[in-house]
Amino acid sequence: MTTTLDQVLGAQAFFAGLDDEHLATLASVAEPVSVAIGRKVFHEGDVADACYLLLEGDVALEMDIPGRGPHVLQTLHAGDMLGWSWLVSPFRYAYDAQALTEVKAIRFDAVALRSAKDTDKVFGYELMQRFAEVLVRRMQAARLQLLDVYGNAH
Amino acid sequence: MATLTELTPKLAPMEPVPFVVRSIRDELSDTFTLELDPPDGVFEFLPGQFTMLYVFGIGEVPISVSGDPAQPSTLVQTIRGVGAVTYALRQVRPGDVVGVRGPFGTEWPLAEADGHDIVFVAGGIGLAPLRPAIYSVLANRQRYGKVVLLYGARSPSDMLFTQELLEWGGRYDVDVLITVDNADRQWRGAVGVVTKLVRRAPFDPHDTVAMVCGPEVMMRFSAQELEGRGVPQHRIHLSMERNMKCGIGLCGHCQFGGRFVCWQGPVFSYDELAPLLLVKEV
Repeated sequence: MTTTLDQVLGAQAFFAGLDDEHLATLASVAEPVSVAIGRKVFHEGDVADACYLLLEGDVALEMDIPGRGPHVLQTLHAGDMLGWSWLVSPFRYAYDAQALTEVKAIRFDAVALRSAKDTDKVFGYELMQRFAEVLVRRMQAARLQLLDVYGNAH
Repeated sequence: MATLTELTPKLAPMEPVPFVVRSIRDELSDTFTLELDPPDGVFEFLPGQFTMLYVFGIGEVPISVSGDPAQPSTLVQTIRGVGAVTYALRQVRPGDVVGVRGPFGTEWPLAEADGHDIVFVAGGIGLAPLRPAIYSVLANRQRYGKVVLLYGARSPSDMLFTQELLEWGGRYDVDVLITVDNADRQWRGAVGVVTKLVRRAPFDPHDTVAMVCGPEVMMRFSAQELEGRGVPQHRIHLSMERNMKCGIGLCGHCQFGGRFVCWQGPVFSYDELAPLLLVKEV
């Protein structure tokens, strides 16, 4: 028995609760991809033409700091959604994303996804709710990182 | 000449007992471990307890025991240099004498964890107070379900006990997940706050006892993540830090709400602490 892309998507926590119709919409703009270790998934400044749900492997979000080299801001792992720059203008990636290991992911076409969420408002709402949760969690985590809680208090 | 043991009376809890420094070892640029010889050759403690360490003429500080409870012939304490007393402790040499009171306080709930999964969540130097509990659990590994250690540090070079982290991570019966807040590309591991590890750690939240130690804000968010995954509040335990002085619940310096951290803690269950952790005046 083969597993369809709808079923793969339906099994992901990120899409839990989506109905079959919306899973089918997602599947219609999705494709499985692999990224070799050390390869970039996308570069800072590139057109944000996709987002990725990681199924296996680890990805580092990096920013190159002149004079200091690449700095890892955060790593993402299986189950995490990679990329939200496709959601808001100017639709360009804000960071580099590099595969730290062999990565298997589902790639969603951003143009088609934007069109789908604008056409079907219920689908759009469901999608935005899920991305909003990711955004809030990552912002909270980033704020904790900024606090430098392990630094010397004196 | 009388020996140190003969000179040491059975002292009251407020009187420091002289321990001889056996060794001092740098762990990080600002953190070191002291090995101290008890005057009568034995220092028994429960994982999670602390002592008051006295540098004569300078002062006293509360320090958690970081050694193996199965090896009571040595008192092991891992210390971060942050003030006059801890800086002075960094200057001691083998053969010097420091004062020790204790052990004081409550222990990690290892008996409660019997038969359940265990999740240790450590941040920074918070790994030191958890290490005795980790030693005990690994020495009695068959008594527990899954054993998971989640460790967060400021950067790869700020990670404590790296050799032991490697050893524990290499065991087939322990899951060790490590993350750092900051790293360059040389670091191939996870980057992000330790709370993020809770979501992907392999344990059954409904059958887990969690033990959390680190900066208070890190513990607060870790406890929230654990609870969010389904671990009940009473199964989450935190080690609190306050300005301990007497160690026996008399002076009130370490008062935290209606509790004294030095004798009703430092290890508390989260259901006791949760209402207080958000009260800024406490």
